[in-house]
Amino acid sequence: MEKRVVFRSAWLPYALLAPQIAVTLVFFFWPAAQAAWFSLQLQDPFGLHTEFVGLQNFKELFADSNYLASFRTTAVFSSLVAFSGIAISLLFATMADRVLRGALAYKTLLIWPYAVAPAIAGVLWAFLFAPSIGIISYVLKRGGIDWNWVIDGDQAMLLVVIASVWKQISYNFLFFLAGLQSIPRPLIEAAAIDGAGPMRRFWTVVFPLLSPTTFFLLVVNIVYAFFDTFGVIDATTQGGPAQDTQILVYKVYYDGVKAADLGGSSAQSVILMFIVIVLTAVQFRFVERRVQYS
Amino acid sequence: MIENRPGLTVLSHAVLMLGVLAVGFPLYVTFVASTLRVEEIMSVPMPLLPGDQFVQNYTQVLAAGSTTGSTAAASRMLFNSLVMALAISLGKITISIIASFAIVYFRFPLRNFFFWMIFITLMLPVEVRIIPTYKVVADLGMLNSYVGLTLPLIASATATFLFRQFFLTVPEELAEAARIDGAGPLRFFRDVLLPLSRTSIAALFVIQFIYGWNQYLWPLLITSEESMYTVVIGINRMIVGGDAANEWHLIMATAMLALLPPALVVVLMQKWFVKGLVETEK
Repeated sequence: MEKRVVFRSAWLPYALLAPQIAVTLVFFFWPAAQAAWFSLQLQDPFGLHTEFVGLQNFKELFADSNYLASFRTTAVFSSLVAFSGIAISLLFATMADRVLRGALAYKTLLIWPYAVAPAIAGVLWAFLFAPSIGIISYVLKRGGIDWNWVIDGDQAMLLVVIASVWKQISYNFLFFLAGLQSIPRPLIEAAAIDGAGPMRRFWTVVFPLLSPTTFFLLVVNIVYAFFDTFGVIDATTQGGPAQDTQILVYKVYYDGVKAADLGGSSAQSVILMFIVIVLTAVQFRFVERRVQYS
Repeated sequence: MIENRPGLTVLSHAVLMLGVLAVGFPLYVTFVASTLRVEEIMSVPMPLLPGDQFVQNYTQVLAAGSTTGSTAAASRMLFNSLVMALAISLGKITISIIASFAIVYFRFPLRNFFFWMIFITLMLPVEVRIIPTYKVVADLGMLNSYVGLTLPLIASATATFLFRQFFLTVPEELAEAARIDGAGPLRFFRDVLLPLSRTSIAALFVIQFIYGWNQYLWPLLITSEESMYTVVIGINRMIVGGDAANEWHLIMATAMLALLPPALVVVLMQKWFVKGLVETEK
């Protein structure tokens, strides 16, 4: 859609765009181009000597078992976050869509975690699960579970997944609730008249009609787990124990900032950019096609 | 309600209450811990009812921070967070609204090129260009400054899209009438478009305020002086060792202070928050 009525000026539109374009160029395009350029170079740790090495950094990355392990960790982490986050929020949203009394109160009490910074969410859950003093650790130990995420990789993964999902539930919940409320009532009434019970109606009518929302949330949650959970990880496990929770973004940070490996970190940045581009393209292309609309 | 099933309604309430409790539990424990002495927290299991150290602990962190970790005062850090959140949200809104105005209401060479340039920034979140962006900011001498904290984050494709979508729905007649009455583009923008955009601006403000307040990776990289810490970073700097070495009562008090402002924004401006969330993702 385009406007028919437009204003005429030789300079004004450029002046209006200038601030946005300037910031974009200086802080987005220039650094991204530099990341691409650094990724083709090998630099000594003091930054004194730089050598062009072509694709060697990439070759080394894909031969590095740590990097491949980080890919696996990211895949496990983001699927756990996306699936459990979506399942729990869908349950809450379906229930909230049913109740008449107290709906607003439930909504308010379920959405506030959206406002909590990932890093703070990490601190809160790390405190509850702290091996020696945490209140949940205490209950787990009473129940005979030896809880210590500082040394157990699976428990560390569970901790970061719980903290990440807790923060994201509110977001998913709001979108599912909006999706549920936009489903035409006559469809559900017709199913009820045909004798379908609540469960049957949910799986054969409601859930398929929600598929655009579900698919959209799947992509958003994967992007969230890939990038926004940096704070959760840094505030809790810092990638440990023994890299068991080192997701790709954390490794870029660790290798670039802590280990000062400029070339390797930049090559990882380039791979991550590629992943984001694919995810964004998937979001734009398939949201329209694959899923069923009412 | 399609049919009356009291059993199912009871179940719904039960599930929702359980959800509310599970979601609220960490917040409750954090609050309780922020009112206890550190020895009480260390005595496993810690008490689950608030203690009497509320005033003591909060005064301590607001005035002087922790004693073993970072000594940045929470009052200063809250101020830094507020500056960052306001500068990012207002900055984003300002540069995006004028950029979308140019793209929707003018025809000029390279219009599509600029539009795509802004669009592509969606695919370059700060997390993937950490090191080079840090270098750029360091070269410009912006480390440990408010400009360095905010400027790199204020370009926003989502805000530009939101305003573009909204401007496209504004009736053509308004611009026509303005032109017939002899109003120039800036006059039209100020007197017609801005007042019409009020709710979009409010919705976007809520979302971007939270985004700015909760930034973590960026301030972590570019602030090394305690006086420039934001409160989210400050908490990280208060955690210095294992379970027993931390002053959990002070960390938890700071955590409460850090999460309350954005949580209040969400709860009190719920209508705009929901609108902003749904619209920025379209």
